Amino acid sequence: MSLVERQDLIDTESLAWSGGMGSVGDYIALLKPRVMSLVIFTAFVGMMLAPGHIHPVLGVVALLCIAIGAGASGALNMWYDSDIDRIMSRTQKRPIPAGKVSREEAFAFGITLSIGSVVTLGLLVNWFAGAFLAFTIFFYVIVYTMWLKRSTPQNIVIGGAAGAFPPMIGWAAVTGNVSIESFVLFLIIFIWTPPHFWALALFKCGDYKAAGVPMMPVVAGETSTRNQILGYSVLLAPLGVSPWMLGFAGSFYGVASAVLGLVFLGLAFQVWRVREGDAARKATIRLFSFSIFYLFMLFALLLAESLVMGL
Amino acid sequence: MTGEEKGIKLTEEQAKRRRARSVAIALTLGALVLLFYVVTIVKMGPQIMSRPL
Repeated sequence: MSLVERQDLIDTESLAWSGGMGSVGDYIALLKPRVMSLVIFTAFVGMMLAPGHIHPVLGVVALLCIAIGAGASGALNMWYDSDIDRIMSRTQKRPIPAGKVSREEAFAFGITLSIGSVVTLGLLVNWFAGAFLAFTIFFYVIVYTMWLKRSTPQNIVIGGAAGAFPPMIGWAAVTGNVSIESFVLFLIIFIWTPPHFWALALFKCGDYKAAGVPMMPVVAGETSTRNQILGYSVLLAPLGVSPWMLGFAGSFYGVASAVLGLVFLGLAFQVWRVREGDAARKATIRLFSFSIFYLFMLFALLLAESLVMGL
Repeated sequence: MTGEEKGIKLTEEQAKRRRARSVAIALTLGALVLLFYVVTIVKMGPQIMSRPL
């Protein structure tokens, strides 16, 4: 069948097309800008802590590529998850469920940016960092979004690795390899992810249940989730101090991270202890909010110390 | 056959949004060209002026 014949089959009287309604802002929303900002920040800290030197222009290019790569992962995540995003109140206003961007448009956008960011990082900075970024996108889209998210309550535990890689990629952009220090930065975010997400899942449990996503509170119950939140928090508190113990952060960081870790642990204990009513809900919201502040502060302190040391 | 009679017809809003997206894509491509130019200069460094003819 030729293209001309195919054209003739189209009913020209009803050619109203629902696509093409996405504004520039809708496409920016596909990149999950809030997640992207955390990725840029942690990658920047990884770059600043890395030994050696990178030209500032190449540093900006590396950060831009890591940010775009993370955004592309977000767009591909929204492409694949558009069916469950329609159900959950937290995600209903995303561009695809809101009918502003079609799934095909989001897919094309995500793939184009993925390839573009990886190739640009490889060509302009180094291919190890480029390959690492490609692996991170693969891990987030294929391993987490397409495989783990709908099949196991351990989804965000394993999938959390994708969100923990950016400081390692930032480090790799400077040094061309990875090291124990960058792995510790990875581990902090990796171990931080379960208590952070499960605190959210505890007060959004109904959403995940309705969408059929096997988050820990849905599958194992709230009691088991609270136990595991406390368990991961016990691991996280000393891990947060480990950059100082391993000698790549100063004593100010050591003291501050210990205090922050104790507060985290205290809030996780509250979530574990208070299990009924409005007080329980408030405890989970408090832990969720503080977990964002905690991670931001650890990396901000590492950054501040590296800047002060460099003066 | 004229273009106005056949094919997908965009509404006024769709055409407006497509124009905005096209401008954004053009600006992005322009920024990429500039980026590759600047990085080329950065990578060549001062040696760019002392190459044998």
